[in-house]
Amino acid sequence: MTSLIDVVVQGVLLGGLYALFAAGLSLVFGIMRLVNLAHGDLIVLAAFLILALVTKLGLNPFVAALVAAPIMFALGWVLQSQVLNRTLGPDILPPLLVTFGLSIVIQNGLLESFSADSRRISTGSLETASLTLGSVDIGVMPLLTFLSAVAVIVGLNQLFYRTALGRAFRATSDDRVTAGLMGIRPDRIFATATGIAMVVVTIAALYLGARANFDPTIGPARLIYAFEAVIIGGLGSLWGTLAGGVVIGVAQTAGAAVNPEWQILAGHLAFVLVLLLRPRGLFPSAVN
Amino acid sequence: MALLETRGLTARYGDFQALFGVEMALEAGETIAIVGANGAGKTTLMRSISGVLKNEASQIVFDGEPIGALAAPDVMARGIAMTPEGRKLFPSLSVEENLLIGKYGRAVDGPWSLQTIYGLFPILRERRNSPGTALSGGQQQMVAIGRALMSNPRVLLFDEISLGLAPVIIRDIYAIFPRIRETGSSVVIVEQDIGQAMKVADRLYCMMEGRITLSGAPASLTREAIHAAYFGATA
Repeated sequence: MTSLIDVVVQGVLLGGLYALFAAGLSLVFGIMRLVNLAHGDLIVLAAFLILALVTKLGLNPFVAALVAAPIMFALGWVLQSQVLNRTLGPDILPPLLVTFGLSIVIQNGLLESFSADSRRISTGSLETASLTLGSVDIGVMPLLTFLSAVAVIVGLNQLFYRTALGRAFRATSDDRVTAGLMGIRPDRIFATATGIAMVVVTIAALYLGARANFDPTIGPARLIYAFEAVIIGGLGSLWGTLAGGVVIGVAQTAGAAVNPEWQILAGHLAFVLVLLLRPRGLFPSAVN
Repeated sequence: MALLETRGLTARYGDFQALFGVEMALEAGETIAIVGANGAGKTTLMRSISGVLKNEASQIVFDGEPIGALAAPDVMARGIAMTPEGRKLFPSLSVEENLLIGKYGRAVDGPWSLQTIYGLFPILRERRNSPGTALSGGQQQMVAIGRALMSNPRVLLFDEISLGLAPVIIRDIYAIFPRIRETGSSVVIVEQDIGQAMKVADRLYCMMEGRITLSGAPASLTREAIHAAYFGATA
């Protein structure tokens, strides 16, 4: 019984990391129907940026993430306004091709700059710190990851449903032409959304780099987890994305408990199972 | 000088020319109606003025400034708001959010606010948390009008304001025009219902096949002249 609770708790906490991977993807898809195939590579790029700030400037990783966040926002803003906005239209192929190309460019750029060596962002004693709750040990970093994921999703929901910018995001997503009649500039809205997604990417990158080794080529695998979390949760639903991350996390932890080699496979099987039973995800009502 | 003018306005959809040298003028505080059958070019004219369709800059002049080449958000920021054909409420937004989004690009103080619009259409206050698209057609039109008023515009463009609505609802919608006029806004109404348009308009423009075929004060236009300008044939 204890091990079952442990598996679920660790799985839920791992799900927080996947939800962080997915939240930015969900945000961008929800607003502009853009599938960003470079999303995982942008997470890895942000992880290297944080690593560089930690190693070159001696910053605490959390402070480094705070410094990296506005840089990533600016990068996202420029990327969207100068490149991706030109690809948006009725045909979904151009953004797929461009972001696929961007993924390759980022991976090779990181390989050139940082080599293929595995890296890790050291958080010192936090790496091994844990709390004991009853019979379950909870790592402080996994707990921080999960709480950050919840905070990100609460924050994005507040932004979406409580602010003028959030209204503009939803209006633009509904009808770009009529949004223009309200004085909304869709190109800027999209650039701002991608900038915000890149801030979420930076938070995901901090925990990615602090909890496991990373190298320039691991982006596409993070993209798969992110996709799965978004689709399990139901497209466009941020809380659904968290639920999707948790489903993958619990499935992976359960798979690993049976046989460590089954960890990744179990996550993908859970995804397939949800797709078979609920093709529109767990929260289809949230789909526009 | 007129507040809003089109000067030899032409508009195209690809190879198809929809407007041929349209000359129209709207004075400050005036209400004009543009009538015509389906395909006459009325909506194209509205889309051109509002910036949805871009034209040569000098072909549309607002307050002495060429605005023909401006994008819709820039036109709106200058004080021209439009209620588009089909109302086009945002399905993801509640009634109140649909109203609030109307001032996103132009938050200026003036006679219109959430409270005054709720005063104008009390039903919208009751339904303020409902999705905009869950309302009846007439209530949706009220939201669309309120949304345009929220920016306290200098010019209001109403495209096919009565299309698809029951006569009793149309009467209610038209009953607000005196209130809008009191605030000093200039109004352009695009209508297929000539009778309604003539009741509120100071001047009438009739369009056919992308051209203005008749204009003048409603009282000065005979039924036969309007019929000929509308259908291209005498009654």
